[in-house]
Amino acid sequence: MRDNPLLGLTFILVPFSLLSIGGGPSIFAPLQREVVDVMQWITAREFIDLFSIARVAPGPGAMLATLIGWKVAGWTGAIVATLALFVPASILTLAVARVYDRYRGREWHTALEQGLAPVAVGLIFAGAISIIRLSGNGALTWAAAVGAGLVLTLRPKLHPFVVLFAGAALFISAEMAGLWPLVAP
Amino acid sequence: MTEPPQKVPLRDIFRVFFTIGASSFGGGVTGWMHRITVGQRGWLTNEKFLSGLALGQVLPGANVSNMAVYIGQVLRGTLGAGVALLAVLMGPFFLVIAVATLYDEAIKIPGFHSAMDGIAAAAVGMVLRMGTMGALHGCRKAAPGLIAFGVFVAIGILQWPLAPVALVAGPISVALAWPRGSRDA
Repeated sequence: MRDNPLLGLTFILVPFSLLSIGGGPSIFAPLQREVVDVMQWITAREFIDLFSIARVAPGPGAMLATLIGWKVAGWTGAIVATLALFVPASILTLAVARVYDRYRGREWHTALEQGLAPVAVGLIFAGAISIIRLSGNGALTWAAAVGAGLVLTLRPKLHPFVVLFAGAALFISAEMAGLWPLVAP
Repeated sequence: MTEPPQKVPLRDIFRVFFTIGASSFGGGVTGWMHRITVGQRGWLTNEKFLSGLALGQVLPGANVSNMAVYIGQVLRGTLGAGVALLAVLMGPFFLVIAVATLYDEAIKIPGFHSAMDGIAAAAVGMVLRMGTMGALHGCRKAAPGLIAFGVFVAIGILQWPLAPVALVAGPISVALAWPRGSRDA
């Protein structure tokens, strides 16, 4: 798989697509493991940069997969990665949506919703911690993440861009204040 | 399944979802989608939208793409779902790569990595908030709480692979949520 990146992307992303309960954040931890540690396609530094880029650009955070594909195999890689991550889950959603409305209110319906929710919650927190682990500045990252979460909760109408920008400003100020050594790119 | 009042043209579906996708900066897209498809266009009822949203959240896949598939399917069946999915991803696909293309230049700017780390930290804040809301909503009892915590430890701390964890935790969690003495199982 290391020799054929397109095949590798497909084999990694198709299963992740079908397991990404709760959306992109739930697969960030295993995705990082696969592309950084196992396949060694990109470095941890590149992974966190791509994650941030996917957050700044429009679209779901799962577009991170598009960027990984692009980094690994150019335009073809980007297309293959996007299709591999979005199409399988979409086909499943389509199939379920077709029968879903017919069985609304049934008890198993509710059980499925209630049962999958905690799994998604666990995966979402795992995704959060995997990003924090990648970032070199542990304590500050934790503080900024919790702070951003609180601000977003207290001010639901605040545009998320303001918070992302504030995060960038905070870290640049911390670097200039000499809180950690300047890391050469 | 009730048909919408009129057959919505595919090009309208494309146009609406392309706009939503390309302007979905920083999350909160489902709110935006609700505003346009339910409020402005009247394509589907509020109840139907929310039910689709719950479905999109429990099924694997990004909320945005799952909602596009769901609404597209409600409006025009499988073809509508395909058009909506393509449309909602097309803008982000090119925009995310455009931003990443600037990356090689941006990397030379002092403080760039700090800015990216800061954005990542703030974005993790959004992820934490999403996880917390999910936990408050669905993990108040002991069993779902333990499932969420177990999944978090397995994936986030121990870094076990996703597939076996999800395939074990998912069914157990759904079984625990299954109503006792249910007849329509």
